[in-house]
Amino acid sequence: MPSEDAAPPLDVDQILADPGVRIVVCCGAGGVGKTTTAAALALRAAERHGRRTVVLTIDPARRLAQSLGLTELDNTPRQVKGLDVETSGGELHAMMLDMKRTFDDVVLQHTDPAKAAEIFANPFYQAMSSTFAGTQEYMAMEKLGQLHARGDWDLIVVDTPPSRSALDFLDAPARLSRFLDGRMLRLLLAPARSGGRSMFSLVTASFGMFSKVVQKVLGAQLLTDLSGFVAALDSMFGGFRQRAEQTYRILQADETAFLLVAAPESDAVREAAYFAGRLRDERMPLAGLVLNRVHQPAAPGLSAERSLAAAERLADVGGHEGTVEVLRAHAALAQQSVREQRVAARFTEAFPAVPAVSVPAQPADVHDVDGLRTIGEAISRR
Amino acid sequence: MAASEQPAESAGRWPGRLHVVTGKGGTGKTSVAAALALGLAAGGRRTLLVEVEGRQGIAQLFGTDPLPYEERHLTDAPGGGEVRALAVDAEEALLEYLDMFYKLGAAGRALRKLGAIDFATTIAPGLRDVLLTGKVKEATTRTSGSRRAYDAVVLDAPPTGRIGRFLNVTAETARLAKVGPIKTQSEGVSALLRSPMTAVHVVTLLEEMPVQETLDAVADLTQFGFPVGQVIVNGVRPPVPAGRAVTAAELKRGLAAAGLPTDARTVAGLAEEARDQRVRRELEDSLRGDLVELGLPLIELPLLPDGVDRVGLETLAGTLVRAD
Repeated sequence: MPSEDAAPPLDVDQILADPGVRIVVCCGAGGVGKTTTAAALALRAAERHGRRTVVLTIDPARRLAQSLGLTELDNTPRQVKGLDVETSGGELHAMMLDMKRTFDDVVLQHTDPAKAAEIFANPFYQAMSSTFAGTQEYMAMEKLGQLHARGDWDLIVVDTPPSRSALDFLDAPARLSRFLDGRMLRLLLAPARSGGRSMFSLVTASFGMFSKVVQKVLGAQLLTDLSGFVAALDSMFGGFRQRAEQTYRILQADETAFLLVAAPESDAVREAAYFAGRLRDERMPLAGLVLNRVHQPAAPGLSAERSLAAAERLADVGGHEGTVEVLRAHAALAQQSVREQRVAARFTEAFPAVPAVSVPAQPADVHDVDGLRTIGEAISRR
Repeated sequence: MAASEQPAESAGRWPGRLHVVTGKGGTGKTSVAAALALGLAAGGRRTLLVEVEGRQGIAQLFGTDPLPYEERHLTDAPGGGEVRALAVDAEEALLEYLDMFYKLGAAGRALRKLGAIDFATTIAPGLRDVLLTGKVKEATTRTSGSRRAYDAVVLDAPPTGRIGRFLNVTAETARLAKVGPIKTQSEGVSALLRSPMTAVHVVTLLEEMPVQETLDAVADLTQFGFPVGQVIVNGVRPPVPAGRAVTAAELKRGLAAAGLPTDARTVAGLAEEARDQRVRRELEDSLRGDLVELGLPLIELPLLPDGVDRVGLETLAGTLVRAD
């Protein structure tokens, strides 16, 4: 990247140290190292900046989870032991999102135990709480709202779900509202609201054709289950929606910093640029771009062309097989680096004001606290 | 030119007609699915490339307008074949389905206006999946006259984390629909997905998370009774001869012989690169070993230095289908 095009450097330490920043949200396409970045930032906030930090991970790699002491998915933050926090006085807590359990908790909060048991037994609830494509996003929002409301932490670092699109996370509250305000839901709710008479008579009267089709296609039992579920939804979701909207407003506030995570690959960069546009539209505070897995030659003075030409010459001469191999590898690395810069420049050109930092590709995957520290150093290197 | 009796030259490696391609996000499963559709169409056959997640990944890959819910010509394959493409949308599929069975016509549009379709596909995820897979089944088994519409259907399926649930439609819908045509439909889909006509292929990279997810997905798929086809390792860098580590002194002599700078910084830099490369290679070898232990056929696709463009897709297609 020519220097005049280069994005301003992203100062991660400034964000992590700022007491005014209470939430850091890491978002981006799947497979770009979002979870690792979130964990590394949280660790650094605790160890370096003395903050009482909690990291909410969605679906961490097994060994990374183990390294944070997350051996069970119990939906509660657990303190990570054995960290270097004596000087700073910080703390790191970590948790993995259990979406079904979070959903169950919401139900329990809003209904009495008998009603809750009824809801848990409803097949629609079971389907929606464990498999609904948007549930993970809703529940991540819900959990973030809960953690924020508890006020126990200086800083909450959130990893976002590996969605079909990273945007689902932002869209969760709106989708939920649309769903709950849908005419369909209101029609189905009419009987429940008017005193729990059988929905069939009412439904048949108001839109008999629909109920006929549903009964034909899905069977009558399904309609009964559906009616039960919808009635239950109505009683508990008002509060849930309100909180989802609250969380949405928190995400727009100054106490939040969004970090886009990407890798120098076309898809990931496109997703990041798309997301940056959305954050701007939604007036959410984008703090910067973390570009992971960037390849940089350690001997930058030697160009790919020169290196390859020399390798060919040496191969002809013979006797320097080791060097030939090193030079070829260097040439490939240098070429890759140029390509990556070209891809990354697409983001910078579209969002020249967004600060960015490149994190060198690690030779091996990160799955311990030391590895996270190394990543933290790399992200903060200025 | 769809002729079911004509044995596919690639039948050895790619038996079956429905190829379900999954993989962790970021492994390039869409590119692999597209390359497979292209490879299987080569030599005058016709294939259908299907996506079901509304991502418009196929359109992005081929640089076309967003795909509608309609089978369309996507591209010609080498040797006179054709790849067609379809983006299945659950709502459209439900309407089509209702229309097919109940002749709804305008009533169907009214249902959509009411939000009924959105509602039905939102609230019952299993229903959504059975509609999506149902459409795939229909395309796979469709015939016109005595000929099959497609020699092969390639599905760019949901990622490894969701694939088991996505394909396991009977279990999901059985919880909701105990009787009725949806149940019948899901049983038909389930039978096809568990038959030798189907193969589920898992795309991975030689990186820890994708490999772990591949192992998990294969275990899940096997447990659910889906035939797992190939493990496709994408983005493989050219093999480096696993020679011994070169010493700094040797390197310096070599650089001098090649007329390159031999300053300490260059030598140390190159040595560091070589060391990283060796660490990486050891990790990749060990991950490859984990994949080999699955006992499934393994195909390696080269890393395309210039990204996946049309030429790149044909390279991948050639590697996939030639690899007998």
